[in-house]
Amino acid sequence: MLTLFAQIDQPAFVRPDIDWHAVAPELLLLGLGALLTMLDLIFLDRIRRFIPTLTGLAFLVPLIPILTLWSQSDDLPRVMFDGAYVVDRYSLALKVLFLLSGYVVVLLSSDYMAEGDYYDSEYYQLISASILGMVVMSSARDLVSIFIALELISIPAYLMAAWRKRDLKSNEAGLKFMLMGVFASGIMLYGMSLLYGFAGDTRLSAVAEALDRGESAPLITLAIVFTAIGFGFKVSAVPFHSWAPDTYEGAPTPLTAFLAVASKSAGFVALIAIVLVGFSTQADVVEPLMWVLAALSMTVGNLIAIRQTNIVRMLAYSGIAQAGYMLAPLAVYGETFEGTTNPANAIVNYLLVYAAMNLGAFAVVILVARKTRSGEISSYGGLMNYSPGLGAAMTLFLFSLAGVPPVGGWWAKFQIFNVLTQNASWAGISLAIIVAVNSVIAAFYYLNVAKQMWFMPAPDLDHTPIRLPAPLATALAITLVATIVFGILPGIVGDLSDFTSLAAR
Amino acid sequence: MTEFLNDWGITLMVFLPLAGAVIMMFVPSSDEESHKAIALFSTLLTAAVGILLIGEFDFDNASALQFDVNTSWISVVNANYHVAIDGISLPLIALTLLVTPLVVIYSWNHIPEPGNAKMFLMLTLVLHTGMLGTFVAQDLVLFFVFFEVVLLPMYFMIGVWGGEQRLYAAIKFFLFTLFGSALMLVSFLALYWNTGSSTFDIVGLSQEVAARDIALSTQVLIFGGMFLGFGIKVPMFPFHTWLPDAHTQAPTQGSVILAAILLKLGTYGFIRIAIPILPDAAVEWAPWIGLLAVIGIIYGALACLAQTDMKRLIAFSSVAHMGYVMLGIATLTPFGINAAIFGMVAHGLITGMLFFVAGSVKERYHTLEIKRLGGLLVQAPRMGWILGFCTMASLGLPGLAGFWGEFPAILAAYNPAEGVSQTLFRVYMVIAAIGTVFAAGYLLWLLQRTAFGNPTEEFADDPHIHDVVATEWIAWTPLLVLILLFGFVPSIIFGVTDPAVVNGLQALAQAAP
Repeated sequence: MLTLFAQIDQPAFVRPDIDWHAVAPELLLLGLGALLTMLDLIFLDRIRRFIPTLTGLAFLVPLIPILTLWSQSDDLPRVMFDGAYVVDRYSLALKVLFLLSGYVVVLLSSDYMAEGDYYDSEYYQLISASILGMVVMSSARDLVSIFIALELISIPAYLMAAWRKRDLKSNEAGLKFMLMGVFASGIMLYGMSLLYGFAGDTRLSAVAEALDRGESAPLITLAIVFTAIGFGFKVSAVPFHSWAPDTYEGAPTPLTAFLAVASKSAGFVALIAIVLVGFSTQADVVEPLMWVLAALSMTVGNLIAIRQTNIVRMLAYSGIAQAGYMLAPLAVYGETFEGTTNPANAIVNYLLVYAAMNLGAFAVVILVARKTRSGEISSYGGLMNYSPGLGAAMTLFLFSLAGVPPVGGWWAKFQIFNVLTQNASWAGISLAIIVAVNSVIAAFYYLNVAKQMWFMPAPDLDHTPIRLPAPLATALAITLVATIVFGILPGIVGDLSDFTSLAAR
Repeated sequence: MTEFLNDWGITLMVFLPLAGAVIMMFVPSSDEESHKAIALFSTLLTAAVGILLIGEFDFDNASALQFDVNTSWISVVNANYHVAIDGISLPLIALTLLVTPLVVIYSWNHIPEPGNAKMFLMLTLVLHTGMLGTFVAQDLVLFFVFFEVVLLPMYFMIGVWGGEQRLYAAIKFFLFTLFGSALMLVSFLALYWNTGSSTFDIVGLSQEVAARDIALSTQVLIFGGMFLGFGIKVPMFPFHTWLPDAHTQAPTQGSVILAAILLKLGTYGFIRIAIPILPDAAVEWAPWIGLLAVIGIIYGALACLAQTDMKRLIAFSSVAHMGYVMLGIATLTPFGINAAIFGMVAHGLITGMLFFVAGSVKERYHTLEIKRLGGLLVQAPRMGWILGFCTMASLGLPGLAGFWGEFPAILAAYNPAEGVSQTLFRVYMVIAAIGTVFAAGYLLWLLQRTAFGNPTEEFADDPHIHDVVATEWIAWTPLLVLILLFGFVPSIIFGVTDPAVVNGLQALAQAAP
């Protein structure tokens, strides 16, 4: 029997070359996460107080190897595993985004978790696992690693969404999120398996080549549509968005911020890689699909957001609309682009600005809820009178979300318009006009919150100012500075994500 | 000194108000006097820098962009920080520099309900930066940013300090303008990509368009996007509906700034951007712009006759007056556009002044309902005379500034630019001329009902009604003097604008066969 096996011609196992420097951020994050878990198990309550701070540090430490990698930009891109894992300027910029978003989310969570009598340190361990998934996702150029990264992001998030376990809404949030997430994963995996069937290889570049010479067009379309629908769920694009508002409302608010920003960004990163690299030759199938998803997401998201009375639900629907804006460049990705104005760059610019302004808005929501114990938009009345600083910050975040200069959001939208109009195609121009009209609809409900803060009296005439705990103040400061700087000197973002070679890889 | 002004003058002027606002942020809001002092000081300092710039301005060479600063801003999209002043922008900058300090002075004892001088004056200063920035920007992206910056403070100014319907008025103002400017941005980008240009520079783009053969239909569409952006801001009929609400509900200071300066951002956009860059499309659009302009003139005048509220009447008169400005622009002739710029300045001075008076009337009578007013000349004779003076100026009495905005615009329509239908514009001319009769009608009627006769019983013995006070004199005198001065010596403005206008229309002259 054994001899029979021996006769099968097996290739000898060759250990792939690992570029330790390039994977140092991931390894550091993994190591520190594991270390924190161990410390928590050994010291129990004695260390519990420090876990949020330590987790925050664990997110900042991997920035060091990222900086050293960046400084040696001549060596970039560093390619591993035959192109399945790539470290380039694009992925480094995204890793910075994810780590910093994670840091801000930890800052947002620490008071919330400490005051709420929840499982404390486990929460942070799950967040670090999720962030690790995102950091891996930035570099993944392979169906399997993309899928694994996506699950590593999602599964901890399912647990965390149900973290307020004595609250029915939170249970609903977790359950809905998990069922929809698993369903989406299943569909996506089916699409991916079809793709693998065509290509005989999981690397995106190989998939692209295989699709280019594929004969069976209907099946290719099916594979693409399934994969895209899977991602549609992950980035909460209409019509696959129904889980998002309930999950956002029920989940602990810091986690909602995490889902709305970091988790969604990760979905987009995967989508960019798959569409721009894997489907680079299938524009005629993907573009119309993305056009419809984008137009539907922004229009439906905005129209429903107008009717919301709860600010978290409003931000959830606004996030659906923002996902629509971000999908828009993918509706024209098959055209030729010159210079730094290309779909990938526009989306990543949007992601960076969106992370800053949306996390900032959630920071204010958490702060206000600490005082008013309410998530209703009407509870924001009089904020400008009793906490003018906080009110002004929220105003800037809202105007940024609405895309009004001089705060960051205008630049994000500008880049979207820039990509859509570049080749003066009908798809692009029509979508640009839809985006323009939608910005006006969106301004209405963002201004509705501003209206409450500035024009309305405080609902219970309680004018005690809102106390700013240090972690939340730090989070607010980081996001506010980022939002303003992105708006006034957007060139900084443009330079960071100058990665035109992505599509060619 | 000259060198310093050349390099930093404009930047200093634009951002000084913002610096004032930042300083005010750190002063506690209870210290109202300091806030007023800081606000006044920063606007006066801004005006001083402006005066230095005007002093250094080479009037013999008014067509050239002066104090030109052009540095890289967002290099990834080739947007530059390009600011400069020429003969077209100079009068409008001067107007802005004049009106804002006056508004701050007026605020000294007229902070509208519900108070909070700090926030009110900070917003005024931010507004100041936005307006000045729009007039100096020579790059489309920079222009767009400044154009939008103005929205935020005005929204809050109307919404917090406005009248009873303020929430509705504020959101309407915001959404209308945002809609226009979003489409304007799309058309800016479409223009950029269609020309294959490597710059958003206004002069650069107009050269690119002239050098390339862009399909006329594309140009017309792009012009349409800009038309929406600027036309809503002007506002032109049928996009004017935000204006009466915003004007009526805004606090006095807000109305003054809106009338005197914000409306000019739209007309300025036509003169600075839309027409020089897309002259061929402008010729195609001119009849339609002219049509909407004359509809605005007649419609605004008729609407005025139906108003029962003094402020709302003045607001509708703005629709009519901006109609003359747009008619002047639609002729596409240097004569017409010069008249339009003069009309912009004159309307800024006169209507700004009218809103000031309306605000002071409201403060004394607590109402602006025309039929409850009367006998202003008896109770507050100086104010009554000022109102009379302004209505005369507004209806275009020769010898006052209003005349030189209105009459040349009508005259210009007699002979529009080549390629634009002459017959059509002569019809417009007749209609616009009829509009002046209406204007005389509603303004004299307003004066008659509010200033003449005896005070109504309700207010006959009201001790609150007093004549013009010191802050009002300080704020109003410069405007009144200038209305008279420009009326007698219109060449002050025409002399500056003419070379720049001729220069801006060069593309048109070359394009015409």
